[in-house]
Amino acid sequence: MSVLIIGVTVFVLAAFVGFEVISKVPPTLHTPLMSGANAISGITIIAAVTAAGLGSTALIEILGFLAVVTATVNVVGGFLVTDRMLQMFRRPGGRGDEQK
Amino acid sequence: MIELLYLAAAVSFIVGLKRLGGPRTARSGNRIAAVGMLVALVVALVDADIVNWETVAAGLVVGTVLGVWGAVRVQMTAMPQMVAVFNGLGGIASALVAAAAVLEADLSFLPAETTLTILISTLIGAVTFTGSFVAYAKLQGLLSGNPIVFPGQQVVNAFLVVVAVGAGVWMIAGDNHDAYWVLGAVALVIGIMAVIPIGGADMPVVISLLNSFSGLAAASAGFVFANNALIIGGALVGAAGLILTILMTKAMNRSLANVLFAGFGSGDGFAGAGEMSTKPVKRATAEDAAIALGYADSVMVVPGYGLAVAQAQHATRKLATALEERGITVHYAIHPVAGRMPGHMNVLLAEADVPYEQLLDLEQADPQLPQTDVVLILGANDVVNPSARDDSTSPIYGMPIFNVDRAGTVIVVKRSLSPGFAGIDNPLFYNDNTLMFFADAKDALEQTLNALGDV
Repeated sequence: MSVLIIGVTVFVLAAFVGFEVISKVPPTLHTPLMSGANAISGITIIAAVTAAGLGSTALIEILGFLAVVTATVNVVGGFLVTDRMLQMFRRPGGRGDEQK
Repeated sequence: MIELLYLAAAVSFIVGLKRLGGPRTARSGNRIAAVGMLVALVVALVDADIVNWETVAAGLVVGTVLGVWGAVRVQMTAMPQMVAVFNGLGGIASALVAAAAVLEADLSFLPAETTLTILISTLIGAVTFTGSFVAYAKLQGLLSGNPIVFPGQQVVNAFLVVVAVGAGVWMIAGDNHDAYWVLGAVALVIGIMAVIPIGGADMPVVISLLNSFSGLAAASAGFVFANNALIIGGALVGAAGLILTILMTKAMNRSLANVLFAGFGSGDGFAGAGEMSTKPVKRATAEDAAIALGYADSVMVVPGYGLAVAQAQHATRKLATALEERGITVHYAIHPVAGRMPGHMNVLLAEADVPYEQLLDLEQADPQLPQTDVVLILGANDVVNPSARDDSTSPIYGMPIFNVDRAGTVIVVKRSLSPGFAGIDNPLFYNDNTLMFFADAKDALEQTLNALGDV
């Protein structure tokens, strides 16, 4: 099998896993799910550090640097802001329980 | 070994996303995915025989500082903008990586399939980048939230697509570097053109779709570098974004094509604009609202984008607490497309400490409305418009709504009688059991809370 075919196979299988895993998320968690997923899309960071680290010309190095910066913002910001949101959701036994 | 560690990272993404699906496990899920990301990054740094350490380190530091700054500083009401920016940055990172790969390679030695993956990565990444920033500008109010349409728009778009395809073919067939930059530039323009005709009320769909795109951009970069961690991570995000996109379009009873290409709210809904100002409405003051709420047994709050604009989530919670202290049952009815991104209202109300179990979705809340004494509508409009149920000529006909007109009394807090984003008149406002309270949501709630003390 060519590299491309293997890649396509992995992609299709992963997409199906994604559909199965995510299809029943309650609406309350849609925003954190989206921002968490968004952070995962920053996985490009591993290609970015390679591009920046191995860049053989100044231009490539600059492009790589920009890729590292943008991917890092995506990853760090995405996971942090998701955690911030989920922290609000997680206050257990809030005032709602006293009402019962 | 390297491959196995990348696989571990990919598995952590799957487990993390799975756990993000449940309220109790969500936070740990997010952390598991973050740890997986860190592992993948360290593996990449160790594996790559990096020469330009300073560049990589500087990039990581700058990105971390900016990311932390943004994440800590952002207000919950601005979350759609923040996610739009992050989507865009993820997209452009993938395009930049592809560009670096082009410059690094001698095109004539590159197999056509690799060139193709580079082109796809660049195209999706660049479209995601500019598309997301247009979405950001619309959400932030830098650009009008109304659809921006002009004559010949479709022709221009078709032309751009033809140029992009042509440049791609030219690059693969002619091993031409210039063609690559043409394609990149055209892709940036396509991103802008794709999002400007989409109205603000359709942003939940657009944000979800761009989220999906940012994943696909990462996956396509994975094809360029034959890296399974990128492909799996990207495919998962692509699937997550697509699921949310489908959920959002279903909640509006529209097709994705209709959202993307119809220029919704650009004028055809304004047919009723002349007649609506002549019909009488019942105006209410804070005292009227306080009396209606104070003597109710059950209250249903229907929040919308106006609540976010007015930053009224805490005021809402305070009023609800005061009502609960009088023995009144308070619930919140949250439409899937309320606000500007999926789950936007839930995040805002969670910030204001509203208990999770008081938040009802469409299927839970709607059957309760006929037994509800007072419905309090805060900055929502189209999701409570009975035209969607009764008027087959309405542009939103068939969209699932809250049938609030079946409740005892409806109080609508709204800044003016102007129609909602879709530009559609709302017959609800002229009903006998509807009270119109014209004010900013936050002011209205605070005044009502004060007035409630005298009731």
